[in-house]
Amino acid sequence: MPFIANTAGQQKQMLAEMGLTMDKLFSDIPKGLLCGQLNLPDGLPEQEVRGALAELAGKNSIDLTLFLGGGFYDHFIPAAVYSIISRSEFYTAYTPYQPEVSQGTLQAIYEYQSTICRLTDMVVANASIYDGGTAMYEAMMMALRITGRNKVIIDDSVNPIYRVMIESYTKNLKIEHVLTHCQTGLVDREQILAKLDNDTAAVILQNPNFFGCVDDFSDIAEAAHKKGALLVVSSYPISLGILKTPGSMGADIVTGEGQSLGMPMSFGGPYLGFMATRMEYVRKMPGRIIGRTKDRNGNDCFVMTLQAREQHIRREKATSNICSNEALCAMTALVYLSLLGKEGLRQTAQLCADKASYAYSRLTAIPGVKSHFKANWFFNEFVLDLPKDATDVIGKLIEKGFAAGFPLSRYYPDMKNCILVCVTEKRTKQQIGMFAEALESVL
Amino acid sequence: MKLIFDKSVPDRRGVTITRSDVATTVNIKKEFLRDKPAQLAELSELDVVRHFTELSRRNFGVDTNFYPLGSCTMKYNPKVTERIAAYPGFAHLHPLLPQLRGGGMLTQGALAVLYEMDMLLREITGMAGFTMQPMAGAHGELTGIMIMAAYHRDKGNKKTTVLIPDSAHGTNPASAAIAGYKIISVPSTDKGVMDVNALKKLLNDEVAGLMLTCPNTLGLFDPNIKQICDLIHSVDGLAYYDGANLNAIVGKARPGDFGFDIVHINLHKTFATPHGGGGPGSGPVGVTKKLVDYLPVSIVTKRHDGTYALEYDRPKSIGYIAPFYGNFAVILKAYVYILMLGKAGLVRVAENAVLNANYIRVKLQKHFEQAVKAICMHECVLTPSKGMLDSGVHALDVAKALIDRGFHPPTVYFPTTVHDAIMIEPTETESKETLDSFIEAMIDIAEVAKTDPEKIKASPLTTPVCRPDDTAAAKNLDLACL
Repeated sequence: MPFIANTAGQQKQMLAEMGLTMDKLFSDIPKGLLCGQLNLPDGLPEQEVRGALAELAGKNSIDLTLFLGGGFYDHFIPAAVYSIISRSEFYTAYTPYQPEVSQGTLQAIYEYQSTICRLTDMVVANASIYDGGTAMYEAMMMALRITGRNKVIIDDSVNPIYRVMIESYTKNLKIEHVLTHCQTGLVDREQILAKLDNDTAAVILQNPNFFGCVDDFSDIAEAAHKKGALLVVSSYPISLGILKTPGSMGADIVTGEGQSLGMPMSFGGPYLGFMATRMEYVRKMPGRIIGRTKDRNGNDCFVMTLQAREQHIRREKATSNICSNEALCAMTALVYLSLLGKEGLRQTAQLCADKASYAYSRLTAIPGVKSHFKANWFFNEFVLDLPKDATDVIGKLIEKGFAAGFPLSRYYPDMKNCILVCVTEKRTKQQIGMFAEALESVL
Repeated sequence: MKLIFDKSVPDRRGVTITRSDVATTVNIKKEFLRDKPAQLAELSELDVVRHFTELSRRNFGVDTNFYPLGSCTMKYNPKVTERIAAYPGFAHLHPLLPQLRGGGMLTQGALAVLYEMDMLLREITGMAGFTMQPMAGAHGELTGIMIMAAYHRDKGNKKTTVLIPDSAHGTNPASAAIAGYKIISVPSTDKGVMDVNALKKLLNDEVAGLMLTCPNTLGLFDPNIKQICDLIHSVDGLAYYDGANLNAIVGKARPGDFGFDIVHINLHKTFATPHGGGGPGSGPVGVTKKLVDYLPVSIVTKRHDGTYALEYDRPKSIGYIAPFYGNFAVILKAYVYILMLGKAGLVRVAENAVLNANYIRVKLQKHFEQAVKAICMHECVLTPSKGMLDSGVHALDVAKALIDRGFHPPTVYFPTTVHDAIMIEPTETESKETLDSFIEAMIDIAEVAKTDPEKIKASPLTTPVCRPDDTAAAKNLDLACL
């Protein structure tokens, strides 16, 4: 039998030594509840299963040139990332409950927390959460706990995928959601200020926003704080290689999707939700936190700490029901950022911005193609108005080998002719040129 | 060992970033840029590799040591699943592709994996439909309770409470509370299973449902399980099966047949995907027919022509609980594992998991106390003998002494209903020889505890650190190196 060491002879011997039978071992299950043989296929040996799965993998088209982002990005991953995180001492371990045999995982997560803080200019981060959307939901719940209030303002330039997740998670709770509308690409200050009051727990924004536009929320942070509300900002970590940090804007909770930090797209996961905050809120933060301490002999070491917030101790009074984190994904992000280093991350971010800028100039030179927003400072994504329905255009470009971008009408019904185009450092000048030609040919 | 930041040397470079083939243009207002670069470590590639290799040596994993961590099912993680998840056809697939016109046909292989996995899990659990989206067991619980809430909302039921046994894992009450319910605890009998009479007294029209782990955290299968589900149904409550311990019965019995309405499965436990040092996991949720409409958006369906499609039009659905289709790579690994085991292999999983746990239980019964003196399922819960406790040796000391003998400790101090619990789950992938040497180590610890307890309390001596100060960690918070 695959993956079972004991031979039939050994199993018999063990039962005999115990004076038991296999039936006896399962005798607590009432006879009528045993299911008999399941209607499942016979097992496959490795060679056959690899063949079958290679065939399935071949039915996925990965030859498209990707200009598709939407919060999930095709960045280059150095070989050393996979090599390091494939060490089975890391990936076959579990939650570091026993610190003496888990210092590897614990120190790595402490370094990950430190790296997230350095990236965002915050002072404390947790050990990670499932993904960017859940991280934003958890940040919202955290803001409600901190302020004791019940209203949140969220702008529609926040990734709509996150917004629909928050909507589902809070359906059974009585939370007042106020949705503000982004008209110009930059968050509309007037709307936010008009809605911001003494009942507001948090203003939730994203930078760069879903449309790729870059902003500075310092003024909104100040206005929120005056009303006793918190500013929650979701970030795209690669962009923090060059962009102003949420910490320096005065954000109180920073979250984001960490997939871009060395994780393959893998059709939706596993990804990485990161979360950082101010020290004064650390006890209200969900998720695992690793701290540095001393051992019995005075040596520096690392442990899971502030566990009194967590479900295994607090049960229904816990800050969140989340127990695991995405430890291996957090480690992936740490390894990726350590390999790139200070200058490598800056260069990568700059490359993304430069290539996007080049693509923007090529694409807007096509007759009938215009920038959608007036204020147009973008990082590596931008919105174009096409002369035709974007969904149709994207469909035609797929036939030409391009994933041209995201049709915004899927979440914004008024934006029928709008396409969200993304450019990472992996796209070449030549690919961008071919894409521009292909787009022109289908318009 | 030094932090990675302490190894940084100014201007040292790791990977070389690709050369630019376009002009550097400033298309972003200066005020929107950061004034100084993020203070990341500056290291060579070799520095980084050495750093993490050194860290890896400070970890126990299933590949290095026997890891009988109770309730975590630390079985062997087959290497072939890692290989397959890295196939470019899976790893490089953008999750938004199916949302482009014609994009669904470009992801048929991935959609097939999700659909076929749904079918396999239906058969294994006896449920009518699954969502693959929950990204961990706890996330599955929350999803399941949201489905429960949607069902009651739809029926106009005024339900406010969820019943949870006192032996449950803390995540159960946390999940139900996060979803907006009040929690009522159901006591256990002295035999370690649910007190059915107490349950009857707690039943009323306010009860939305019951969350139950079966076998429970004592490793016991509740023989009244069907009656318990029936009782919950009598007040139009729903029975939720926490699949944390499915490994004990997989292939032999199905929660759907017991009467459960909602089931979550921990793919990283029962179906052998790596735990990753605390994630990523995957916690698919299955439901009976009357609840299928409430499953999250989207669901993979199979068309008449044999192609696969994503269904988004689900008006009764609880909505989106994940950005896409769940932790796809984890689901893929579990799918491969099930394909390799097949129907006969799955039965052997449960049988050998239960056999191994009982072998340890029986061999140690003279040296440790059993929390409940009965045949167990996939794990057994022991406590130190009176003699050991009298000499001041507790569960934690036993755990630390095991480390010096080359074993990852069992779960200790859980379940909380047992004082000084030592919860041992060997799993089916371990051999008799490994179990024998573990048993020998446990007996040795029990003996030394009586003659030289200080020696046990001084352990571990073979690790880089010994008994960190948790109190100081929580008091003098050092959570990041800035």
